[in-house]
Amino acid sequence: MSTQLDRRNFLRATALCGAAGAVGGLASLSGCEVSDGSGDTTGMLRIGMAGGSTSDSLDPRTYVDWMPINIGYQLMNGLVEIDDQGRAVPELLESWEPQGDARVWTFKLRQGIVFHNGKSLTPEDVIYSINLHRGRTPSAAQAVVENVAELRKLDATRIEIKLTGADAELPATLSDYRLLVVPDGFTDWSNPIGTGGYRLEVFEPGVRCITRKAGGYWKPNAAHVEAIQVLGIGDAIARTNALISGEVDVINRIDGRTADLMRRNSRYQVIRSQTGQYAVFAMDCQAEPYANADVRLALKFAIDRERLVKTVLNGYGTAGNDQPIPPNNPYFAADLARHRYDPDKARHHLRQAGRERLEVSLEVSDAAFFGALDAAILYQAAAAEAGITLNVRRRPADGYWSAVWMQAPFFGSYSDGRTTVDAALAKAYKSTSASNETRWHRAEFDRLANLARGELDPVRRRELYGVCQHMICEDGGALIPMFMDHIEAGSDKVRGWKPSAIYDLMGQRIGERVWLA
Amino acid sequence: MTRLIAARVLAGLVTLLVVSALLFFATDWLPGDVAAALLGPQATPEALATIRASLGLNEAAPLRYLHWLAHALHGDFGRSLATGRTVLGVLLPRFANTVVLAGLAALVSVPLALGLGIASVMRAGGRLDRLISTLCLVTISVPEFFIGYLLILLFSVQLGWLPSLAVLNGGMSLAQRLGAITLPVITLVLVVLAHMLRMTRAALLSVMSAPYIEMALLKGLRRRTVVLRHALPNAAAPIIAVIALNLGYLVVGVVVVEVVFVYPGAGQLMVDAVGKRDLPLVQACGLAFAGTYVVLNLIADIVAILVNPRLRAA
Repeated sequence: MSTQLDRRNFLRATALCGAAGAVGGLASLSGCEVSDGSGDTTGMLRIGMAGGSTSDSLDPRTYVDWMPINIGYQLMNGLVEIDDQGRAVPELLESWEPQGDARVWTFKLRQGIVFHNGKSLTPEDVIYSINLHRGRTPSAAQAVVENVAELRKLDATRIEIKLTGADAELPATLSDYRLLVVPDGFTDWSNPIGTGGYRLEVFEPGVRCITRKAGGYWKPNAAHVEAIQVLGIGDAIARTNALISGEVDVINRIDGRTADLMRRNSRYQVIRSQTGQYAVFAMDCQAEPYANADVRLALKFAIDRERLVKTVLNGYGTAGNDQPIPPNNPYFAADLARHRYDPDKARHHLRQAGRERLEVSLEVSDAAFFGALDAAILYQAAAAEAGITLNVRRRPADGYWSAVWMQAPFFGSYSDGRTTVDAALAKAYKSTSASNETRWHRAEFDRLANLARGELDPVRRRELYGVCQHMICEDGGALIPMFMDHIEAGSDKVRGWKPSAIYDLMGQRIGERVWLA
Repeated sequence: MTRLIAARVLAGLVTLLVVSALLFFATDWLPGDVAAALLGPQATPEALATIRASLGLNEAAPLRYLHWLAHALHGDFGRSLATGRTVLGVLLPRFANTVVLAGLAALVSVPLALGLGIASVMRAGGRLDRLISTLCLVTISVPEFFIGYLLILLFSVQLGWLPSLAVLNGGMSLAQRLGAITLPVITLVLVVLAHMLRMTRAALLSVMSAPYIEMALLKGLRRRTVVLRHALPNAAAPIIAVIALNLGYLVVGVVVVEVVFVYPGAGQLMVDAVGKRDLPLVQACGLAFAGTYVVLNLIADIVAILVNPRLRAA
């Protein structure tokens, strides 16, 4: 099927055309300006990004896509920041301390912070901003803070958070991109007042946004450029073209083939981030035939993960091992046996399940993850060798998350990398979660995961999380074929740009971190 | 003729009503609703319920449609479910962008199509005629996004003359604006030109074989005069109908071109609105598009009557 020229392949081919043009036609070397580092620069940083829509709002409760999140971080600050090593470091919360068993935490606010309207930051502002996502709220971040039982002001500089279940990594949990701080009682989301390095100048949802330096930014060595323009460019080829024709400085979400072409030209830099984002083919553990653990294992041994990484991702990724913690995470269970493509083992598990052959349908769309359809087709061919007939059913991208996700018994899905192991486990694997997409319910797993979350001793926590990974890998319904890198590209004039530990575009904080040569 | 126009206007209003109902129930019938679309896979059941309650989505669909209709008849198109902004405030600037793009493309393509169509009839079968026909077949068979990419590759990437992004903003001068939308306008011209041109040629040629044309030629009239004076008015009706159809297409069918050039038009707005199940916005976009077709067809009918003396008398 992949030999025929359909619209997608056609678009890809023309994208290569554009990139090849850049490589061939504009290969003149640019003059090498040397910047001594982080001096403030004038000029406008222009970002062309996927992830915007006409329905975007700057209200942090509505953030589910990347363009408003990127803009949010220009205007406002979070509570806790994730640095480029993936560690939780202070932002508006300056320091923290757990009391006893990590069920009660005290946070100290940074002092001398002023909002764009001249108001000083107080504990009330922080409490109001967190409470936007608690209780009866339309917030997409409700699940992030549902563990917070009580939130109160201790004195003029400190707040206390009481949790329902202990969380040793609460600061990292509070780094969620929706937990941005606005003044107490603030409601005018058309023009958010924050403490960020930039003020809003123009916002056309999904189309463009311009922010300008607010001046007097509290964060040292940040907010270098004078202004930032974000353009919503949903089409991957249009983004690449905009970068090549010099209309933007930075673009996100390029595919591996385009990245390889751009890397050949010294006018561009390609930034690759391993953030733990993964693809998944999810099996419903409460539906036949996936309720049988041997059927799940047979399906896991029937996929060629290395081939998928090479073909679908052009090498920009890592083979997955049916559990959500990536190899570069400190809590990764390195002793876990790898699931490699092995038709004989797959047949063996089929026989264990009392079957000679197996016929299943996998429902996918490229809405599930980039290249999902190609991955499914490759899986189909590999599985046939193991006596498994895999019917690939292509479903429309529109409405995929309502009509297919968690509705079909075997479907494509994805997950962003998470700031904590608990976040990676809680949403999709604990039986208490409404979005446990494999309906894999194990009381013992829930107990261990919750125990690990409250465990302040890192060695012990590592052990517990190791057991959790074993359980998901060997018994769970998630076939995780690959971790997918984020790839972004930009002009060589953008300096200070580094890979992200989480999400892309430096954790969406690129606006305040880079400068122009 | 007044009666005819009145009848057409009435039919147009009924069309709009039917379109609004179709749009509403078709969008409502799609899987998922605005709450699920807004929150995505990260939704908690509580947050979904909160959004549904606050937007009144728990009412039955026919009831919600009637509410919408009652307000729309009073000129109130409501607020976007996704953002809470007024539908007209969102739609009008985007629709204006679409009309500007379509208008410029029409200004170039209609005279060009008529001129080239007439020119090829002047010497039917000649070298010019064959060249034009070949070019027409090429542009009509290449998909519009590909034409767009080719133009970008040539003029933006290789030559660097024109921007590949057609993003407009308030601070741009007229010259900058025109520069920004040159490539999408050329793309659209190439997309609609062939259809109108070939219809002009075909309609003229069929009239040219009529006995009275032969008579006129035998009388010694110049071919130019025969084509323009005698053939064109009689061939006008189908040509005008096709022009109206293409003008309508320029307004409603260009979402692919909008995507390629990142042009903030109404097509992308409607696609986003359908994706988010934002019914009031979908309705308003759909009505604006349907209204465009209705008005253009009405104008086409009137013009066809005006240019044809035999119809004028009726």
